[in-house]
Amino acid sequence: MTTDVLIRVDNLSKQFGGGAINALNGVSAEIRRGEVVVVIGPSGSGKSTFLRCLNLLELPTGGTITFEGTDITDPKVNINRHRQKMGMVFQHFNLFPNMTVLKNMTVAPVRLGKKSRADAEKQAMELLERVGLADRAGAYPNQLSGGQKQRVAIVRALCMDPDVMLFDEPTSALDPEMVGEVLEVMKRLAHQGMTMVVVTHEMGFAREVGDRVIFMDGGTIVEQGSPDEIFNHPNHPRLQDFLRKVL
Amino acid sequence: MQAWLDNIKGEFDLNFIQGSRWKFLVTGLGNTLLITLMALAIGLVLGMIIAAVRSTYDKTVDNARPSVGRRILGFVNGACKVYLTVLRGTPVVVQLMIFAFVIFASARNMLMVAGLAFGLNSAAYVAEIIRGGIMSIDNGQFEAGRSLGFNYLQTMWYVVLPQVAKNVLPALMNEFIALLKETSVAGYVAVMDLTKAGDTIRGRTYSPFMPLIAVALIYLALVMFMTWVVGKVERRLRSSDH
Repeated sequence: MTTDVLIRVDNLSKQFGGGAINALNGVSAEIRRGEVVVVIGPSGSGKSTFLRCLNLLELPTGGTITFEGTDITDPKVNINRHRQKMGMVFQHFNLFPNMTVLKNMTVAPVRLGKKSRADAEKQAMELLERVGLADRAGAYPNQLSGGQKQRVAIVRALCMDPDVMLFDEPTSALDPEMVGEVLEVMKRLAHQGMTMVVVTHEMGFAREVGDRVIFMDGGTIVEQGSPDEIFNHPNHPRLQDFLRKVL
Repeated sequence: MQAWLDNIKGEFDLNFIQGSRWKFLVTGLGNTLLITLMALAIGLVLGMIIAAVRSTYDKTVDNARPSVGRRILGFVNGACKVYLTVLRGTPVVVQLMIFAFVIFASARNMLMVAGLAFGLNSAAYVAEIIRGGIMSIDNGQFEAGRSLGFNYLQTMWYVVLPQVAKNVLPALMNEFIALLKETSVAGYVAVMDLTKAGDTIRGRTYSPFMPLIAVALIYLALVMFMTWVVGKVERRLRSSDH
């Protein structure tokens, strides 16, 4: 793990409903290259909002996000260019139901002029091979199980060769027996050195794979540290209370 | 029996053969189809534009920075709303007559005026069908497209619209069937459409049964044909549903 900062978040705030709801209250954090950061916290703590602000799917109300040296909250910045470098995996997969698995994976790199169709398909097949789904390349999303869909969603994002992968509760919509296969893919991705920000309720994953764990509550970062610090020596009473309930 | 058959034959002869009156029906049918096609083209293009404005506004209203472009979009969206309210809130015959006798009072080609009037009317309905189709697509599809690096238009074009097309095609084709029948009021502005043709024959022969039934049968045949096409398209769409 190197120490250079990939994403720097400064005093990020987000309000919904014209200020009626404060989802984020001045969050500052750094994501370093090659690091796996796991964000945990109770529902409504702002962890998903935090993640969705990182690629501006939610437009922050205040604060800045610096990605690879560029302040992407600057309205003059072309966010689409930067999003190509930030892969995202959603809770509900969001595969394109009218396209085959292969088309799901190649449509963005081909249409955005990043790769030729042949190159994109070759890479997609290699990625599918790695997640054990090469034989499903011609299938449509509705023909896949939840776990298969999420594995396809992960490799779809990888087809854009992102510098960071954002995971928004990737296993929360899965049947319990399918959680493992998705976590396995994410683990391998982490071991290959991918920078990852993972919002999850999977404490086992956070403990085992995370380089750093961030605990959020009430729209702020309450505590952060190594998995050992967070899970074995929690300081803040809210974190202690949270861990008592989920572990 | 023989007398009845002779009577039918005589009626047919009177209404369609004598004075080549069948030509009225041919001309009328041609004009009806022409007006419908013109209206269809105008309705589709304008309807798509209005739907694009309305759904873009609705989709981005919560998550956009205030800017000049934003304010222009808001204004155009408001104008579209007024358009939809007025065009859907008044009878198409009244709109047709306003077009023919007020706005284009000096126009000589009433066929074009009728096509335009029906097209502008149809656009309002087409717009709402397409907008409904766009809004029915799960927002996650949109977010997935944007997160891969597509801009708004690319996401619409590559991800959202192909799914919308599939969902709204049956509803759109039903709108066109309704449009075909609606054009039967074109006679109000002295256009010789199919209905007017039948009525013209009736006025000459004083024999209403044959010409009006003939007109009704022609409409019915057209509508049944279009319904058959819709059914075929629907089945094809469903069979590609995976």
